[in-house]
Amino acid sequence: MTSLLVIIVLVLLAIALWQLTKIFDLTQVGSNASNSQIADDNDNNVQGYLMFGFLAFIYIFTIYGLIKWGGLVLHTPSSAHGGQLDNLMNITWVLIFFVQTITQALLYYFAFKYRGKKDQKALYFADNNKLEFVWSVIPAIVLAGLILYGLYAWTNIMFIDDDEDTIVVELYAQQFKWSARYSGEDNVLGKANVRYIEGVNSLGVDMGDKYAQDDKVVTELHLPKGKKIHFLMRSQDVLHSAYMPHFRAQMNCVPGMVTEFAFEPIHTTQEMREMAFMQEKVANINALRTKKSAELVAKGESALDPYAFDFLLLCNKICGTSHYNMQMKIVVDSPEDYKKWLAEKPTIADEVKTAAASAAPADTSGKPADSAKADSKAVAVK
Amino acid sequence: MSSEAHDHAHDHAHDHDHEHHHKDTFVTKYIFSIDHKMISKQYLITGIIMGIIGVGMSMLFRMQLAWPEESFKIFNFLLGDKFAPNGVMTNDIYLALVTIHGTIMVFFVLTAALSGTFSNLLIPLQIGARDMASGFLNMVSYWLFFTSSCIMISSLFVEAGPASAGWTIYPPLSALPQAIGGSGSGMTLWLVSMAVFIASSLLGSLNYVVTVINLRTKGMSMTRLPLTIWAFFITAVIGIISFPVLLSAALLLIMDRSFGTSFFLSDIYIAGEVLHYQGGSPVLFEHLFWFLGHPEVYIVILPAMGLVSEIMATNSRKPIFGYRAMIMSILAIAFLSTIVWGHHMFMSGMNPFLGSVFTFTTLLIAIPSAVKAFNWITTIWKGNLQMNPAMLYSIGFVSTFITGGLTGIILGDSTLDINVHDTYFVVAHFHLVMGISALYGMFAGIYHWYPKMFGRMLNKNMGYVHFWVTTVCAYGVFFPMHFIGLAGLPRRYYTNTNFPLFDDLQNVNVLMTMFALVGGAFQLVFLYNFFSSIFFGKRTVQNPWRSTTLEWTAPIKHIHGNWEGEIPHVHRWPYDYSKPGHDEDFVPQHIPMKEGEEQLHH
Repeated sequence: MTSLLVIIVLVLLAIALWQLTKIFDLTQVGSNASNSQIADDNDNNVQGYLMFGFLAFIYIFTIYGLIKWGGLVLHTPSSAHGGQLDNLMNITWVLIFFVQTITQALLYYFAFKYRGKKDQKALYFADNNKLEFVWSVIPAIVLAGLILYGLYAWTNIMFIDDDEDTIVVELYAQQFKWSARYSGEDNVLGKANVRYIEGVNSLGVDMGDKYAQDDKVVTELHLPKGKKIHFLMRSQDVLHSAYMPHFRAQMNCVPGMVTEFAFEPIHTTQEMREMAFMQEKVANINALRTKKSAELVAKGESALDPYAFDFLLLCNKICGTSHYNMQMKIVVDSPEDYKKWLAEKPTIADEVKTAAASAAPADTSGKPADSAKADSKAVAVK
Repeated sequence: MSSEAHDHAHDHAHDHDHEHHHKDTFVTKYIFSIDHKMISKQYLITGIIMGIIGVGMSMLFRMQLAWPEESFKIFNFLLGDKFAPNGVMTNDIYLALVTIHGTIMVFFVLTAALSGTFSNLLIPLQIGARDMASGFLNMVSYWLFFTSSCIMISSLFVEAGPASAGWTIYPPLSALPQAIGGSGSGMTLWLVSMAVFIASSLLGSLNYVVTVINLRTKGMSMTRLPLTIWAFFITAVIGIISFPVLLSAALLLIMDRSFGTSFFLSDIYIAGEVLHYQGGSPVLFEHLFWFLGHPEVYIVILPAMGLVSEIMATNSRKPIFGYRAMIMSILAIAFLSTIVWGHHMFMSGMNPFLGSVFTFTTLLIAIPSAVKAFNWITTIWKGNLQMNPAMLYSIGFVSTFITGGLTGIILGDSTLDINVHDTYFVVAHFHLVMGISALYGMFAGIYHWYPKMFGRMLNKNMGYVHFWVTTVCAYGVFFPMHFIGLAGLPRRYYTNTNFPLFDDLQNVNVLMTMFALVGGAFQLVFLYNFFSSIFFGKRTVQNPWRSTTLEWTAPIKHIHGNWEGEIPHVHRWPYDYSKPGHDEDFVPQHIPMKEGEEQLHH
């Protein structure tokens, strides 16, 4: 079936091509058929009009795109700095559309207006310092404004003050899974290195570090609304990138170093779900999914689950074959719900103890001690 | 080397006899040729073959993106049972296709084929030289390029698949076969191929620089050079400065992979064990890679700019507007291009202060770029535009360069980059501004200089069809891509529908793929036109476009040494089109100034 479709498409394309060549051949009728393969007045005329038509195509396609796909673009940011970023983005867009509209119009209009004619003579206009000056200085001034605004925003976002009251959370990346480590009561993460990875301690936390005792490891990220979160990021294998599009946040996770990013969530998941634009978006996605489900069921496969909005942490740096499927759910709670949720989670120290307790009766041959020795050797090498 | 050229110039008569007496054999004429015109054709045809492979790959993965995990016979036919069981493309080969598509298009098509073809063809002919400074090195350069192409193609056939860590081959992914299958022998071949490629590129670039500096004909001062030559010259300089850095990055990566060093690797736990690497940094690799990688995009686009400037002036029958401003902006772009690489790394974890510096330098590049765009637009203002296919592609170039370039203001601004970094927005941006634009420049060059290369004309009607379908499809593919990028869709995802967040983008993906397939299919028109015209095209006249530059004073038939008799001397700049006081609307560079004729440009 598919191959038949492909063949049909190819045949139709061939016919279209043949016909198009014929049309262009027909445009030659009446002109003296010199067949020099150099554009003559007739070509200039036809192509000049097509140029003008293409200008219309660009404009119409742009407007169509803005109407049809404009709604797909990320909407209301859910972080405190997001507003500033989106504001700069919008200013830049206004500038881009302004310049784009004018320059494309000039380009294609001139191509149409000055299409070659036999007795037309071009103007010998080789240079003009005033013009060059004007169109060097204007972009320079406009860009200076954008640069200053951009740098101001960048500094605000990226430089995290140590005195600030933040919650420290570690994002931990591995092929193809995210984890998060909360720093606990002391708000300081315990030391960690891949050489400490063993059993349930899959993030390589140094259990000898006093700050590590109250750390908690989870696979679903919960954040309290209205409090700045200071993310520290690690990766255990290859480059990953922690991308949280709704929060306008992104930072690579690099094996061998700790990277950081900070933001303050300003909408809970629930608030986000209730926003008008989001309800529209989710309804649209669900309509698409229902349609797809009907097709799947007809084929005897299981239907898709309906979609409810959730914040996601996506991997955004190619990290291996399942890169496309590496994400973690983010839930933004009210501060109370967040506290309640976190309190229920066991600390890593407890988890390690429980694991050791359940392993000990089964295996008394002292293997754990051996591996612990091997581990400390590895650390010593480091 | 230069003495050889000197001899050519002096003992022309002897030279000529020489040719008649010792006919070139097939091997010395078509294979191991040291004639720049033949080498340029070799570059072009090799590049076209690589282009077919690169574009073909993109059509395959576009199909996967539009109809994820659906079965297509063509996948099974081309990729085999291992990578497309039952016709469903696997995620391994998807990443490999993306990687090799990028590598082939950036390096093998837009660097080697574009710059290699036209630098070789035009530098000696337009500056009035018998050949390159060293014909032998030129030949070596081509054959190294050919070798590296073969190695790259051969990597497609190794068992675990070709390199699949993205064309930027960031370690550790590219360094560890445990991390992804393509980082085994596929990546080794990729690195070897690139090392050979860099050697080829360096030999070529050194030759171009030396030729432009030393072998200009009498009267051809630097400010009388056509803008093509300026562009090739500066491109070669950037290449010489930045390619060696990629070579060292590749060598260090080979060390890490094969000899256990830790330049780019540290603290890695993979497949259940801790690796011994300690103290290296992937960020160092990113710096080294982009120290070439960013100038590379200008290595790609500058020759296209040069070609377009020349073609626009000729077909507008008008001098290029602001010749000196154009040269200044080429120089400014070249200089700035070497200090902006960090804008690829805003999110890499480097110190945010560096991000500020790179934002500043990056946005500065918009100024010379804007100057160039305005100058092109002014060039066609009040012209007498001859709408040859080459001219259409030049206008198309300016259009996509503006459209693609403007979104650079967003990506170059570190603050805005936070949310569009590594999304489809980036893909849309760079495809328009350097991919499509450079391809347009290349097509423009091919349509314009085809008569010079093959002595025959390309069919113009097929050229028109090719242009209009290509240009509509190019916007059709990459314009909607901005929207899905702004929706937060990451690039290099095998499917976008594995979780529901991006389900509403799928229709857009289908539309883009449709445009891509049609646009790709219509390249067959070009290929047919190109290859059939070599044999059956209409024979050309010596100067079909009524152009002023020196290559059109050389005879149609290719001869060693380019000109029978003496090399023409140059008496004026290359853009005397429609100059008042002349009967013809063009005055070639070798025509002396009339008595009392004034130089009207500055």
